[in-house]
Amino acid sequence: MKRNVAIIGGGQTRHAARRHDVNQVELVNEAVRAALEDARMTMEEIDTVLLGNMEFFEGCHMTDCWMADGSGAYGKPGLKITTGGTVGATIVCAGAHHVASGLFDKVLCIGFEKQEEGDTGAILSGVAHPLYGRSMAGAAVGYFAMMATSYMAAWGAREIHSAMVAVKARQNARKNPYAHLKLDITIQDVLNSRMLAYPIRMLDMCPASNGACAMILADEKTARDRCEKPVWIRAMDSAHNEQFELDWRDVTTQKPIFSKVSAARLYRKLGVERPADYFDVFEIYEPATWAEMVWYENLGLCEPGEGFRMIEKGMTEIEGPIPVNPSGGVLSTNCIGASAMLRVWEAALQIRGDAGEHQVPKPVRRALTTAYGGTNWTVLMALSAAARD
Amino acid sequence: MGEKVAIVGVAQTVFRSARPEVNYGELAHEVISRVLTDTGLSIEEDIDNSISCSHDIWDGQTISNIGITDVIGGHLRNEEKMAMDGSTAVYYGTIGILSGEFRCTLLLAHTKMSQTRPNIVNNVAFDPIYSRRLGLDYTSAAALQATRYMRRYNITSEQTARVSVKNLKNARRNVHAMVKRDITVADVLKSPPLADPIRELDAAPDCDGAVAMILADETLAPRITDRPAWIRGIGACYDAHYLGDRDLSECMALERAAQRAYAMAGIQDPASEIDVVELGDVFSYQELLWTEGLGLCERGGGAGLLLSGTTQLDGRIPVNPSGGVLSGVPANVMGLNSAAEAARQVMGSAESHQVPTVGTAVAQGHSGFCGQHHCVIVLGNES
Repeated sequence: MKRNVAIIGGGQTRHAARRHDVNQVELVNEAVRAALEDARMTMEEIDTVLLGNMEFFEGCHMTDCWMADGSGAYGKPGLKITTGGTVGATIVCAGAHHVASGLFDKVLCIGFEKQEEGDTGAILSGVAHPLYGRSMAGAAVGYFAMMATSYMAAWGAREIHSAMVAVKARQNARKNPYAHLKLDITIQDVLNSRMLAYPIRMLDMCPASNGACAMILADEKTARDRCEKPVWIRAMDSAHNEQFELDWRDVTTQKPIFSKVSAARLYRKLGVERPADYFDVFEIYEPATWAEMVWYENLGLCEPGEGFRMIEKGMTEIEGPIPVNPSGGVLSTNCIGASAMLRVWEAALQIRGDAGEHQVPKPVRRALTTAYGGTNWTVLMALSAAARD
Repeated sequence: MGEKVAIVGVAQTVFRSARPEVNYGELAHEVISRVLTDTGLSIEEDIDNSISCSHDIWDGQTISNIGITDVIGGHLRNEEKMAMDGSTAVYYGTIGILSGEFRCTLLLAHTKMSQTRPNIVNNVAFDPIYSRRLGLDYTSAAALQATRYMRRYNITSEQTARVSVKNLKNARRNVHAMVKRDITVADVLKSPPLADPIRELDAAPDCDGAVAMILADETLAPRITDRPAWIRGIGACYDAHYLGDRDLSECMALERAAQRAYAMAGIQDPASEIDVVELGDVFSYQELLWTEGLGLCERGGGAGLLLSGTTQLDGRIPVNPSGGVLSGVPANVMGLNSAAEAARQVMGSAESHQVPTVGTAVAQGHSGFCGQHHCVIVLGNES
């Protein structure tokens, strides 16, 4: 990038299954106001507004146009990007491009979803190919069930391991005032929860949340003048995946897959050899428990087949050596268009030391975030407390 | 701009009312393969990232860039979709290259309007609480805008009809155009009414098609083509959503988008410095209103500009020499097509509808009803 880019503020809404107190515009506005307040900035100072959201999910076409009052875009340049579950991170990348281009100094990035106003399960079935795939579409649960059975068969993991991920996420969420599912649950509770598609149970899956996240990105001069604790975007990488390339379902595949390819490119940009040592905290997009263990392996935090051992040993707990999703992650809060941005914002809070009760109890200098969407797409982002690291 | 970005190649499908023999991925493949062949570029070796413009709701598929990930070169690579008019792909693609992250970007816009009923799609663009239940679509909203605009400035239906006459005549020279007709003002006024004062020949026909384009940075561009179309300025702006919050006879968002693009391009007097314009004339009155927003004349002067002959193919500032959207360009594709047509004018490759001596061309696109979001691109033959 031609200019360094910093996160100088951000905010999120209270996330919940029902937000009857706000409409979509007001929900977005709640996050925008929080971000402006955090950055001690007025809307007049913002140069451009970028919005990420999935139009089908709430049955609204051109949501960016409807949002113009609540997002602050009225009278300003801006655009809307839609890339599925990854879009929250894609919007942050777009924001970084805007700042780095030299054309904009202060960029407001917004991601949101108000899932209660649509039928996400039905809509996600529409991801499948209309001719070849839709009659057998299983939405997200079906895809992750295939990944999970492959994982169990290949590495010998058991349901108890996914239950450990489920408990970690919801117990962490109890420390996060904004999280949706703050559940005081045990492994037994997870194993007793309703089976959706073997081996995915109710508590193995993310909820359908309403919520929004907003972040303000700025150039180096603005960041140094205006922000006490800027968090710098050091590198980003995006990898999408062709619809019929389904090798990812076999966790032992030797073919290149989206997450490994993207991580390898990002690490090369930064010269990272041991990601578990280089990064102090991880905020990853895990729509299902099993996806979290697969992420550990694909990000290179452990050897292939060792992911379930990491959760077994408690290595990724808040106080563990490789904390993953101290916020409670997507398993606790999934407002799709905002979920990937929440990963970046929560990672920024950890670097600032402002995560409150779910702050990792060790010095945090660098963080890695992931996104997950479409037919296995991701956006990875590396953040740091230093602009030159 | 510190560094420059150029359009180095464009490809357009022929626009047709229906293309049932191809799905939208295959439609996209037609133009992507052609622009790669024309520029001699390889999608794997040369293209760093790709940006497409389309809408799930038009495509009938959730996260519809899934249907083009393969053909656009998105497998295991950087691919993004914008649910906006195609002009914004040029805008965002330019920003991406200026950021230093990318050097060569593939752009695409595709829509098959034949797959669905446009008035239903357009109705869900209205907010679900207050406006949607009124049954508004883009045509009925445009009728409100046309009425306000025409009454305020005493513009007649005969005058707006002359936009259709001019553009469909221009389309006769354009091999990609769908509707090429020698019509008269009387033909327009006799055509069936859609929503007063808009008649069938005042409105763009529904059609299927796609456009692809390649952007490159200043080092690569001259290696790819002898005549790159340099992007000298870009601008975009949102207006308010609710029709009652706007004076529909004005286009603040276009004025601001144009001001930004002109400031970047160093254009001080658009009326004398711009040689050709391609804009989003979804309805005939819009061409008049958008020429005002682009600063080619004063507010309310759009009809006078047309009647003076300035915007004719042989006038001082030809507007829509391609025939524009009125001759048939699909929704969402139109802004990228305008940019492609403006680029062809600058590159001197517009064939029979080429305007002589084009130094500076402007393309405009809009998203949302009554032009809620506008995007302006200034192109030039010199960097």
